[in-house]
Amino acid sequence: MRIRVSHLTTYRYDSPASRVIQTLRMTPRPHDGQHVVRWRIDVSADCRLTTQEDAFGNITHSFSDDVPTDHLEVLVEGEVETQDTNGLVRGTIERFPPSLYLRETDLTRADPAILAFARAVADAEPDDALARLHGLVRAVYAEVTFDTDPTHPATTASEAFSLKRGVCQDLSHVFIAAARSLGVPCRYVGGYYWRSDGITAQEAGHAWVEAHVPDLGWVAFDPTHAMCATDAYVRVAVGLDYLGAAPVRGTRFGGRGETLEVAVHVGQAFQQVQS
Amino acid sequence: MADCFDEMKGTDGTIRPAYAGLDAWLRDLSPDLIDQRCQEAELLFRRIGITFAVYGEADSTERLIPFDVIPRILSSSEWALLQRGLTQRVKAINMYLKDIYGRREILKAGIIPVDLVFQNQVFRPEMNAQKVPHDVYVHIAGIDIVRVGPDTFYVLEDNARTPSGVSYMLENREIMMRLFPDLFSRYRVAPVENYPDELLATLKSVAPDTAAADPNVVLLTPGIYNSAYFEHSFLADKLGIELVEGRDLLVKGGVVYMRTTEGPKRVDVIYRRVDDDFLDPLAFRPDSTLGVPGLMSAYQAGQVTLANAVGTGIADDKAIYSYMPEIVKFYLAEEPILRNVPTWRCREPKDLAYVLEHLDELVVKEVHGSGGYGMLIGPTADKGKIAAFRTRIEADPKNYIAQPTLALSTCPTWVERGVAPRHIDLRPFVLTGKDTVRIVPGGLTRVALQRGSLVVNSSQGGGTKDTWVLDT
Amino acid sequence: MLSRTADNLYWVARYVERADYLARILEVTLRLTALPLAYVGSTNEWESAVATAGCSRSFHAAYPEADEDNVKDFLAFSSANPSSICNCIELARTNARAVRTALTSEMWDVINGAWLELKRFNNAPGSREEFLRFLRFVQETSLRFDGSAYRTMLRTDAYWFFRLGCNIERADNTARILDTKYHLLLPEDTHVGGPLDYYQWAAILRSVSALTSYHWVYRESLKPWLIADLLILNQKMPRSLASCYDNLVRYCDDIAEAYGRQGAAQRKARGIRTRLSNLKMDEIFQSGLHEFITEFISDNNELGGTISRQYLM
Repeated sequence: MRIRVSHLTTYRYDSPASRVIQTLRMTPRPHDGQHVVRWRIDVSADCRLTTQEDAFGNITHSFSDDVPTDHLEVLVEGEVETQDTNGLVRGTIERFPPSLYLRETDLTRADPAILAFARAVADAEPDDALARLHGLVRAVYAEVTFDTDPTHPATTASEAFSLKRGVCQDLSHVFIAAARSLGVPCRYVGGYYWRSDGITAQEAGHAWVEAHVPDLGWVAFDPTHAMCATDAYVRVAVGLDYLGAAPVRGTRFGGRGETLEVAVHVGQAFQQVQS
Repeated sequence: MADCFDEMKGTDGTIRPAYAGLDAWLRDLSPDLIDQRCQEAELLFRRIGITFAVYGEADSTERLIPFDVIPRILSSSEWALLQRGLTQRVKAINMYLKDIYGRREILKAGIIPVDLVFQNQVFRPEMNAQKVPHDVYVHIAGIDIVRVGPDTFYVLEDNARTPSGVSYMLENREIMMRLFPDLFSRYRVAPVENYPDELLATLKSVAPDTAAADPNVVLLTPGIYNSAYFEHSFLADKLGIELVEGRDLLVKGGVVYMRTTEGPKRVDVIYRRVDDDFLDPLAFRPDSTLGVPGLMSAYQAGQVTLANAVGTGIADDKAIYSYMPEIVKFYLAEEPILRNVPTWRCREPKDLAYVLEHLDELVVKEVHGSGGYGMLIGPTADKGKIAAFRTRIEADPKNYIAQPTLALSTCPTWVERGVAPRHIDLRPFVLTGKDTVRIVPGGLTRVALQRGSLVVNSSQGGGTKDTWVLDT
Repeated sequence: MLSRTADNLYWVARYVERADYLARILEVTLRLTALPLAYVGSTNEWESAVATAGCSRSFHAAYPEADEDNVKDFLAFSSANPSSICNCIELARTNARAVRTALTSEMWDVINGAWLELKRFNNAPGSREEFLRFLRFVQETSLRFDGSAYRTMLRTDAYWFFRLGCNIERADNTARILDTKYHLLLPEDTHVGGPLDYYQWAAILRSVSALTSYHWVYRESLKPWLIADLLILNQKMPRSLASCYDNLVRYCDDIAEAYGRQGAAQRKARGIRTRLSNLKMDEIFQSGLHEFITEFISDNNELGGTISRQYLM
């Protein structure tokens, strides 16, 4: 499938921000199921975008803007050709052995409730690692209801799990905490999701997870939709948790009264006839 | 305590040569005079002391670490051995860090278990494949050393992150020279006062290639509320460099600047006394207000040197400690000059079984604890505590290592109007620059002031002594 | 130097100056309220003290009535009032501590000593006598601090930023006294009032320690317009607006020369001084004393802001 993405983030400040510095993880890399046809990043400020690669192989763009400003726009836009690989993620950049992804983080620490939850899922599928993960993705989906209200970017897995509510980020954190507690290396994925119902406008990007299965490698699971990732998914960045894959990490000085607007469009691009 | 090595009297009561002068001097002095000197020392500390106490709050008395007026003396041959051993160890640590964040040969060779590195929170993925200027990771190391016999020194701990205490080394000597000039005339004591110069030379030598000919070095402190702030301020003063906080620095176009009244000024080397976690809210803890947003990005671009490098915790972690002899052999193809304290790794079933059987004889440490907390000292613990620790070890054996209770050497110490032996350790400071390793002859000697106590940490009632290395 | 260091020096100076000023106001108010009613009229001098300190609003949010106890507590000791004397000393010390090595040890000793001493006064003194001792102690602290800065600091940018802080604060303080009492200083023909005002005039002069100076300069009995002239335009009088601006221009220029670059702060300071030196007292009265002072306070604030933006951030 050819997916077209545009993602516009607009910050407005009541009193101008004297300085803004950000690191973006908004550029997809190719892997076996994903070919990046074109992609660009545009920042409204007059500044240099420095391209680097982070620990996990994600492409980062950093910039700082010292001109006092009352608004800032970050636009990413591009097209990606995807293939359904039944959730298998191959041909990615791997800098570390899978066991690194067993490390717990502040956002993905398993509390006793998550430990018990994970144990119950594991006990139901004692033999098969893959089946166990399928069980886990269904269980997280059933246990934690999608709800944009009660959580925020700094909500931990255990907080979301006790609320039984959260967004894709929270469901992913719960999945990661549970999977790691079962000894399954697991990581957070940030990206975009194409909806088959024809609705292209979204309020944010999407998040899911990849778990490492012996003999199979990394397999992508989406606890928000209780399924494996398909060709409707554009994979942008991975990390140990949200913080490692966050599309934007930044700081500003001054600039009181920030309002943030995010407009994401994920649609299908029309195939161009090759001549 | 009877069977431990006393640095003055050995094990048989004969005064060892290095201490002969001190012994004679101590016997000449009346207890009253020593008492008087102790009081003067206390006063001086409070005065210089005032420089220190300034930073403590009103009850600055609490901040004064007890100072013992009787020096600890090392002969030049003892020091030569330590110096060779420390140089070797720190060289190996730097090579190991380059390897761990690079080719990982030591893991491929199966010498260190992979999970011990990658699942360790102090391993920083951000440093992977990251080139650091001149391949130096640990510019300042504080290696804790204990002694158990005339020729046996053990390394107890390698502090490779932000070791502190060097200001005491310098101040203790200042005070001693003021109080006991006559004692210094009996001995030729190697000076330590050049430490700030050596440190500055070290820091300048590791500036990135992009830096100006005379690189701008700054000391980054968490601020006045940090317990080591006086040391930060003291060192910045002695080095003649700016003492900056995170908010004084900014990153622009991948370069680090400090905010000055004349506009932004480029910074080339940051001697940072801020922990990894707090260095850059864009890379590590997002809630850190002590750090510099974007610092890691400038670091990765090779535009600034951080001393010590990020991620050096993977060298001084207690879990890695027991592999240090193998690390030295692997990189240098030499036998380690300084030994490790024999260590049982509870992660290994054979060791675990031994440890659980001998809990009442061993010191058991949590792999991620520090400062003497999270520790079981078997011989002095009661049954309940041992049982509780057994449960903790069994629940998570990987998290524990065990060592024999060491008979730490003792040194004469002035206690309540008399001289008595007390246990001591030593923290020398090893500086690694572009091509050289520098060690000033001496270090911080910590002393357990309680009779029979083995805990020298200042947070738990330890004091300090001046450390003399004899020049001849 | 680091901007933060300069900022700390600037604020140490401001806070010490402010503490001194508050102590003077309180001392003068004590003196006025000790006079029989017949000599001062029925004005509430405590209310006026709060106004002169520039914190009427926050005071009335915390207290129903401006009486002696409330005002003494609020201006001198209250931790709720960010500009109380105690808070000023506390903040001065916090700033000093952060730049310990940029201060001389003499200066540190004064400010740290005062801070320690303050603990002794911690429970607001009961008697007037004791309170007066406290106010004297605060003024002496400021004298010693200023004096040790004068005698021990190197004449480098550190000293100049320190002095900028002093003078901005001093100009603001003098202007605030004038702002609260301007109605007493209007020229005779428009002035309604009587001999009662004599004590008020004396009090104004005392609060800027200029009663003796007045007599030396004018050799006359107290005349309100001369008092205004002394406090606003007389360059010989150290707390006058004109004198503060002579200093501000000088220190701004010293900095510009050392750095080889000048900017908005230099232009702004010169602009204000030029205005002060071109004005005559009757012109000020003609166009309105109150308006003049209000405008000056805002100009002075603006210069503070400009210095901050140019050097301290």
